[in-house]
Order: sequence, then structure tokens, then C-alpha cells
Amino acid sequence: MGETGLGMMAAARDPHGRGSVVISGLTKSFGQTAVLRGVDLEIPDGAFLTVLGPSGCGKSTLMRIVAGLEQQDGGTVAIGGGGVDGLRPDQRDIAMVFQSYALYPHLTVFDNIALPLRMRRLNFARRLPLVGRFLPGVSATEREIAAAVRRVADLLQIQPLLARKPGQLSGGQKQRVAVGRAMVREPRVFLMDEPLSNLDAELRVHMRAEIAQLHRELRTTFIYVTHDQAEAMTMSDQVVVMMEGRLLQVAPPSVIYEDPEDIRVARFVGSPRINILPGRVTGRGGIDVLGVEVPFASNLAAGSAVQVGIRPAATGASRQAGESGLAGTLAYRENLGSDLFLHVAVPGVDQAVVIREEPTEIGRFPIGGTVTVRLADARIIVFDPAGRRIRPFVAAAGARRHG
Amino acid sequence: MAEGLRRRRLAEALAALSLSGPAVFLMILFLIGPLVVVALLSLTDYQLGAASLRYVGLGNYVEMFADRVFQRSIQNTLVYVAVVVPASVGLGLGAALLIEAGASLRAFYRAVYFLPVMATLIAMAIVWEFMLHPTLGLINLTLREFGIEGYNWLQDRRTALFTLCAIGIWQSVGFNMVLFMAGLTAIPGDLYEAAAVDGARTSIDRFRTVTWPMLGPVTLFVVVITAIRSFQIFDTVQILTKGGPNRATEVLLYTMYSEGFSFFRTGYAAAVTVVFLVFVLALSLAKTWAINRRVHYA
Repeated sequence: MGETGLGMMAAARDPHGRGSVVISGLTKSFGQTAVLRGVDLEIPDGAFLTVLGPSGCGKSTLMRIVAGLEQQDGGTVAIGGGGVDGLRPDQRDIAMVFQSYALYPHLTVFDNIALPLRMRRLNFARRLPLVGRFLPGVSATEREIAAAVRRVADLLQIQPLLARKPGQLSGGQKQRVAVGRAMVREPRVFLMDEPLSNLDAELRVHMRAEIAQLHRELRTTFIYVTHDQAEAMTMSDQVVVMMEGRLLQVAPPSVIYEDPEDIRVARFVGSPRINILPGRVTGRGGIDVLGVEVPFASNLAAGSAVQVGIRPAATGASRQAGESGLAGTLAYRENLGSDLFLHVAVPGVDQAVVIREEPTEIGRFPIGGTVTVRLADARIIVFDPAGRRIRPFVAAAGARRHG
Repeated sequence: MAEGLRRRRLAEALAALSLSGPAVFLMILFLIGPLVVVALLSLTDYQLGAASLRYVGLGNYVEMFADRVFQRSIQNTLVYVAVVVPASVGLGLGAALLIEAGASLRAFYRAVYFLPVMATLIAMAIVWEFMLHPTLGLINLTLREFGIEGYNWLQDRRTALFTLCAIGIWQSVGFNMVLFMAGLTAIPGDLYEAAAVDGARTSIDRFRTVTWPMLGPVTLFVVVITAIRSFQIFDTVQILTKGGPNRATEVLLYTMYSEGFSFFRTGYAAAVTVVFLVFVLALSLAKTWAINRRVHYA
């Protein structure tokens, strides 16, 4: 990166720095439909925050309000410590990468990347075709702009494409140009709205690494919206899981996976999905799951109903006969090479219980055979009937993080 | 082996011929055939209803280009096209932008602007004739209210052609507007949002950055269609001025019509038609060329 312009991006992280974003009490409805129901979020300068949620959860609307493309009904947004609620998108000093890339099809890659600078640094008359370039100061500014465009193109390795038009580019190249157009003006905050969802699977994995790398180099705040948990888990420092217009949990990716606050978070993150089994608190410091007692200390009254979550990788099939567990029939198995997932139909559970096994063990699990799902030593995550997390009561701190 | 392959190829060729045959035959019969006949007729002195005809080479063309009436006719047609095309394209675009900008009464405005397109121009020409009447017409009466003395619009050499231009514009604005509206709805909203983030502050910025470039293909189509339709101006001339006063509204198709069907000089009229076709063909070629070159971005 250049010693001049882009160097500014490498400012140290600061909770109140120029790229910090503070969202408070944000609400938004479209007609009768409430899309945001009171969103509060603080994003420190330089963070890479991913907003993860199913389609229709309001995550794109949240981003569009931060960008100024949509007006909120209530609440405020502040960037770099200053409120931006009345400001137009171009006054907020943010840049956005769109899912469709939204490149200008009639302009070359160079002109696409240069456009935000031209819009800012040249006034209307100076941008006029033919006559504009003869006005005083234009050629000097154009030289600066060209230098900035080339710096960005070098960083993204798209120099050979500068003379082409978007129609001549592949999806991944368009993606890079869109990022370049966002970068060139050194914004305080990058907003990315599902930028990888139009790419094929292999390229998506590659671009994931590139965007994460770009963030490490620029150290600008990134707000990244996606419905793809793999993107959220691999790229970001912080993940926000959003559903039905509310933020369910804000935490680093590993905490989101291992320590979900809400059953909806547990269900949304993790593939294959977490198994949810019905349970009942026993009087002996445990939970009775379909007749099998699992140790779990809680202060709930004996007999209270709970929901017990078990990730496929947190359990397995019992090796010895007579070991306690949930006996069922193997309905289906998926061998992914690195993992073997067994779908076990257990009486009393609607959906098949999915457990992970070693692929080398596949011979032990014929379809239709009996499989016993181990419960006694499984790492369990317990929720109340409404889906709120219940943490162990008197157990040692280590047990909380299924240590 | 080779024998079988050859037979299969032959069968394929026969199938292709039999499938495309009817379309090719009809195309020759109805499209290319008449064009060839017109081109050949333009080289003769054929008169409508005459029993015989004589080959005169380029005689008709020599006569035509020397003829003051024809020169006037070409000149008037070009003036008409040069006025009607930019005005009706510009106004059509303006109307489309204004109507798309606000949601209220959109359907009403669309219908009102489109009305002249749907109405028969012959009937509308008669209405215009009433409106343009020098003493009783609505236009001159209105002007008189403001103390302005109107013209005898259709009978004055200075105003006749431009009055026809105005009627031509009035008629084609709605059509162009509908095409532009279709083009506007096809512009992805993302581009406007990208432009807003990139610093397009004013509506003029947005228009220059997104709307106008994205309307390129539609604009090209609208310009060519309007130009071809303007070259075809005939009905208003026939109804309102008959080429007068003093040839001030003599246009290409009217010349062709009067030579062919009033004076029965079919050969000469065919030569005028060939000139007309050259203009239309040139426009179509220009459009194809432009499409291949610039206006489509894919």
C-alpha cells in the first residue's frame, strides 16, 4: 500500500475512532411489517463485524440504514462519534459493496474505480465531457486520481483489467473491481452486502480469504452482511446473529458456535444442525432425556421441561453394548470424507438425530442397523422451553464451556 | 460407413430445406420481390395502366435530381426529421422521467400522453385543422386573448412545415415516452444506490452517471424508430396542406404519391420510393453498426 493515501487506513484500533459505528434503538417498518425491532450495536474502529441471519431477518435493511440508503423510523446511527442520521450516503464517508456489484456497465474498470474520486474532487463543470478537461486544475487532479486508481488496482491485482468494461469480466473480477471502487476513496467504514453470494463455491472460499486479508491490511471497519455461516465464522472478529429484526447475540465466531445465548442461534449456526431433544429436570442434578439421565446442575425445579441441544460433533455412537444412550435405527448416512454423519431415527424424536463419526468406521454402521447415541458424556447446551439459554448453576466454571 | 454418413448428411440438408423453404419463399414473395420490382420499375417509363413500358436506364433519377419539386421535397423531409426526432425524443424522455419520478397519477399521465399514439392520425388531423383555423381556431383565439396575432398556420409558407412538425411531435412523444419508461424500469436500483454512495448528489449527477448511459440502447432504438416514422410523414400533409402552400410542405412520400397516383408516372414514383428506401436502409444500418459498437455494454 502506498505511503501517501492508503496509509491513513492503517490507523490503530480505537473504540471511538473515525471508523467506529454506534447504533442505538434502531427501528424500521415497511408498511405493517416491522423489519427492525430496536437494534443496539457498537462496532469499534477497525473491527470486522458480520451480521448473520436468514433472508428477511432485517440485516440488509440495517446495513442500508447505516449507509443512508434507507431512513430509519426511530433510533440513531453515529459514525466516528458523530451522528449521521440526516446525512446523505456520500456525506457519511462510507463505501458499499453490493451483492450485484453494481458496476457502471458503460465505464471501463479504471473509470468505475475513479468515479467516486471524480465525483468528490471535480465539480460539475469539470466533469463535463470534452470541455471539462480543459478547465484549470483538472489535469492535475486527474493525475492524482489515476495514481490512486493504480494503487488500488495494484493491491487487488487487477491492473490488466483497467481498460476493460464490466461485461468482459468474470464474477470474481467484477467482485474485485467493486471492492476497488469502495476502497479508492479510503472510507471510514466498508459495508458489504452479501458480496460473495453470486460467486461459485470455489471462488467464494478464495475471496473469503482475500477479503479477510484485505481487512488485515486496511484495518478499516468492515460491516459484512451474509446468510452464509461459513463466511461469518471464517472472516470476522465479531458475529451478530440477527433474526426477526432483533439481534440475538453479538460475540466472536467461536462463542457463537460453542456458547449460543438462544436456541435460534444454536440452530442457525453449525452444519449439520444441532440436535434438539426434549428433556426434563430430575431431582438428582441431571436432565432426563428420553429416559437417559444426563448430568446437568441447575436450580430449576424438578420436573421442569427443558430443551437439550447436542451438536453432531459433540457426541457419537456408543462402542460397547449396554452403554446408556438413545437407541435408534440408522436411517441415512453421509460420508463427506473428513466426517461421517449418521442420521439416527430415535423413537419419540421427530427429526433424525445426527451424530458425527470417523469415516474409517463406516463399516460398523450399516443402514437399517441399530445405533445407540451416546448421551452420558456428550457436551450439551440447555435451553428453556422459550429457547433461552440455561447455564449450569453450581457446576464449576470449566463445565460451562463444555471443557 | 462413408456411404451411410453421406446419406445422412443429404437427409439433413433436405430436412433443412423443407423446413426453411416456406419462410424463405414467403419472404421472397412479400418482402424482397416487391423491392426488386420497385427497383426495376424505377428504370422504366411505366405508367399506371399502360400496356407497355420502355427501359430508360437512370433517366428517372436524372430527371428527379434536376427537379425543383423533388429537391424541395427532400429538403422539407430532412427539416421535418431534424425537428421532430430531437424534439419528440427529448420530450418523450422528459415525460418518462417526470412520470416515473412520482407515484401519484402515474397511470393517468401515461394514458394521456399515450392517447395521440392510439388515436387515428387522420381523425386527429381534422381536429388540428379546426384548432389551427386562422379566425375560429382555438389556437389563434387563445393567442388573441394575450394580444398576439396568430398566423394562418397551415396556409402560410413560413409556418406550414413547422406546424406539421408540431403535430408530428405531439403524435410521437407518447410512443417514445412509453419506450423510455420501459427502459427506465429496467435500470437496476443498485446502480442508483451505488451512485448515491459514490457521491452523485444531484438529480443531474444521477442522470449523467446512471440513467442516461443505461438508457443508451433504448435511446438508440427510439431515435431510429422516430426517424423512420418521420421519414414516412404523409397523412397530415395529405389531409391538411396537400404539399402547399407553394410546395412548402412537399415531402418525399407525398411526392411519390402524387407522381404515382395523381399523374400515374409509376416509373418515376418508383425512383422516388428507391430514394426513400435508401434513407430508411441507411438508418437501419447505422443502428446495427451503433449497436455492435458502443451502446450495448455486455
